[in-house]
Amino acid sequence: MTSGLFSKFNRVGAWVLLLFLVTPALIAIPVSLTPKRFLSMPKGEFSLRHFEKLFTSEEWLSSFFQSGVIAVSTSALATVLGTLCAIGLWRVSSRYSELVRAFLLLPLIIPQIISAMAFYRLWIPLGLLDSYAGLILAHTILAAPMVLITVSASLATFDPKLEQASKNLGASNWTTMRRVILPSIKPGVFAGALFAFILSWDEIVVTLFISKFSVYTLPRRMWNGIRENTDPTVAAAAVVLIAITVIAFVITSIMSRRSAKSQAQ
Amino acid sequence: MPALTRHIHPGWLIIAPLLVLVMALYLGPILNILWLSVTDPEPGFGNYAKLGESDALIRIVWTTVRICIITTLFSVTLGYSIAYAMVHCHQRQKNYMLTLLLVSFWISILVRTFSWLMLLGRKGLVNVTLEDIGLIAEPIAFMRNELGVLIGMIHYMIPYAVLPLLVSMQSLDMRVMDASRNLGASGSQTFWRIYLPLTTPGIVASTLLVFILSLGFYVTPAVLGGGKVLMVAEYISVQLLVTLKWGTAAMLAAIMLMGVLAMLWVMSRFMKLSTVFGGAAR
Repeated sequence: MTSGLFSKFNRVGAWVLLLFLVTPALIAIPVSLTPKRFLSMPKGEFSLRHFEKLFTSEEWLSSFFQSGVIAVSTSALATVLGTLCAIGLWRVSSRYSELVRAFLLLPLIIPQIISAMAFYRLWIPLGLLDSYAGLILAHTILAAPMVLITVSASLATFDPKLEQASKNLGASNWTTMRRVILPSIKPGVFAGALFAFILSWDEIVVTLFISKFSVYTLPRRMWNGIRENTDPTVAAAAVVLIAITVIAFVITSIMSRRSAKSQAQ
Repeated sequence: MPALTRHIHPGWLIIAPLLVLVMALYLGPILNILWLSVTDPEPGFGNYAKLGESDALIRIVWTTVRICIITTLFSVTLGYSIAYAMVHCHQRQKNYMLTLLLVSFWISILVRTFSWLMLLGRKGLVNVTLEDIGLIAEPIAFMRNELGVLIGMIHYMIPYAVLPLLVSMQSLDMRVMDASRNLGASGSQTFWRIYLPLTTPGIVASTLLVFILSLGFYVTPAVLGGGKVLMVAEYISVQLLVTLKWGTAAMLAAIMLMGVLAMLWVMSRFMKLSTVFGGAAR
């Protein structure tokens, strides 16, 4: 290996870089505590007025609610479609199914601005612009590939003999799916559902194109706040989002540790 | 029904819902956009010819490509350093590093962009601090220029660069390195002549992934560029939402799409695509 000195130097550099990745976001915390009416760093005095405003403002609350509804529906829909599709692809596993898999992953990698154009183009004649259904459908198409990936990863470690055994013992296809396959790919399904939720909760580019007035998600309202660059309520919202991120992260790491333990036993 | 299932695997029945949805609501309009690029406002390749005529368009495309190349270079180099450190340290330290990496993945792009706005502005924390300790007399212009866009984009892309590199480094057989040392090569010789070439697939995958993601980037350039750094994605949105010219926007989207597909094809020769996205997952 390279000399120990270089390795040590590189390790210090890597730590500095990793801290650089995480720390800038923390500036939202002091800014959200400013007592002033405009975006500024607080000097000695702190106030919670912007949090108060965030949690009493009808606009912000409705955005939280709308984003929640859209993200939960997206996650449910994407998880069902993605899981079924992953199981289907796994059972077929032919050259064609691999092509289909590659095709279905495209929405994840095609630049979001192009996806936004596509949805905008089609949603106009379909009358889906600025509606819950429009946003949920668009987000589902973007999120389903993620479920496909996580469930396929779980299926890769599933022993096909178990499926065969279940069928040999007389279980129907449906029973086998529900009692044998689904329980063993649960971690993948949960991870996919979570990723789908986050994608929708955080989605801005497509949302900017296909929503206007009646549906105004949280990212959309934050985007507006950032563009106007005056109201510190945005900082308070950012702090709430960071808190949610950290909580979600802790929950998932506890869950994955637990499932790793139960698998080891 | 039995006749049908004899030819078609029953698995396709549960693949169909998602496949049909994506074909109808996603592939359809994308093909429509490709079609528009040669028919709107009039049939022919007029939109593509504009690329040769309009200086403004060329400047936008060139700005986009330049920013993407610089972003990719920095992200992959810095990502390599992080991935290398992660693979070659104790499990515990590695877990801490992975936690930081994933947390930064999960923090909303809007929160991050907002933070850079607070840090890099004329009266942002960075300028104020530098002035207070007397390093600079005038505030440095970090925003409304390419520097700001680059800082924001590199910051966002580093985690994406790390993941394919991690996958590739973890699959290396370290006995090869030991063999090289035993045969008398120095540490840096082993690194440059054995280790680095062996991680080429990871480097290629990570380079293409970051480049593709940078190409269509919208949020950070729009905010940190402050209208001064116009990239393709922002130009497309202005064309569609303000001036309502689909033709030019469709042409730019078509070129971007072809580029992305070509790069994906190259990438698939080096690495299984699902392993790249499996970790990225967003």
